[in-house]
Amino acid sequence: MWYYEKKLQYPVKVRECNPRLAKYLIEQYGGADGELSAALRYLNQRYTIPGKVVGLLNDIGTEEFAHLEMIATMIYKLTKDATPEQLEQAGLAPHYVNHDSALFYHNSAGNPWTAEYIQAKGDPIADIYEDIAAEEKARATYQWIINVSDDPELNDSLKFLREREIVHSQRFREAAQILIEERDKKIFF
Amino acid sequence: MEHTYTKYYYPYISPLDPCKPIIKKSYSTPPNLYLGFQPPNLPQYNTAKEALYKGTLWPALYDNYKKYSLRGDES
Amino acid sequence: MSHTKTMPPEYYELLEQIQAIDFVLVELNLYLDTHPKDYDAIQQYNHFTYESKKLKKEFEKKFGPLMHFGRSYSSYPWNWDDTPWPWQV
Repeated sequence: MWYYEKKLQYPVKVRECNPRLAKYLIEQYGGADGELSAALRYLNQRYTIPGKVVGLLNDIGTEEFAHLEMIATMIYKLTKDATPEQLEQAGLAPHYVNHDSALFYHNSAGNPWTAEYIQAKGDPIADIYEDIAAEEKARATYQWIINVSDDPELNDSLKFLREREIVHSQRFREAAQILIEERDKKIFF
Repeated sequence: MEHTYTKYYYPYISPLDPCKPIIKKSYSTPPNLYLGFQPPNLPQYNTAKEALYKGTLWPALYDNYKKYSLRGDES
Repeated sequence: MSHTKTMPPEYYELLEQIQAIDFVLVELNLYLDTHPKDYDAIQQYNHFTYESKKLKKEFEKKFGPLMHFGRSYSSYPWNWDDTPWPWQV
């Protein structure tokens, strides 16, 4: 089971009301390489992978939910109290007429989240390599969002999330090594 | 061994390309691509707060991404 | 109910300290998932776990429970939703 803790993993500050940025950030909320996909992908793979890497999938999957909450906080703050006119100018009129300012699991082009985004092959090597690729894709997405964002405080939080993708990729690469090598026969450290 | 975390290449430029060409393109090659299986006892950031604001506990895994730092022609 | 309540600077300072300590714990945890025999890292993990618990006790005394489902104590009346939610502050 999970417990909720009433804190964000990293402080999220937003300089100004900016629904245009929220429109881009929704990619990391309900997009293919977003945090929801990541969390569900890893937690789902836990059941059918060797025990040596279950803990890692469990823990990175859990951290992804904390990232999802950070992204939601950014979107919430960027659009809180924005008028329908402001949302329209940001290209969010189609979102507004369907959801008002509610968050929704779709990507920045408006496509709803789908389980097609998360692969589960049941083959440990295929699945871990999928996870490494997913982390690199999420890292790249953060780069592209930072490039179109002019909010320095928001970019600080986005840089944190990008760095986390690097660390996760590092750990998944180690997990792949653990699966490949007969580490039980070796004494390391 | 020191590694750079950005790599560059020069795409073909046609006289018929409508947008202002980016002569030098770049892409990110962060430290996780080079570290291998992380060795024990790597140096850590001095304080928990510093680690938090870097996004990692270990300087060896830190990659400082700056806005447009991948636009080779602008760096 | 929290619409008139503004959190004092001390809330943000203590929260930031907790975020920092807990971040180190996340990093060490993921590291230990792939390095289960690193004795020093385990010692460091346990040390930060102790620090985290201590800080949270202090935070909760001032600002109410951080966790639900019996992971934090409640005063009277039930004070889980007394302080703003993380996305609101």
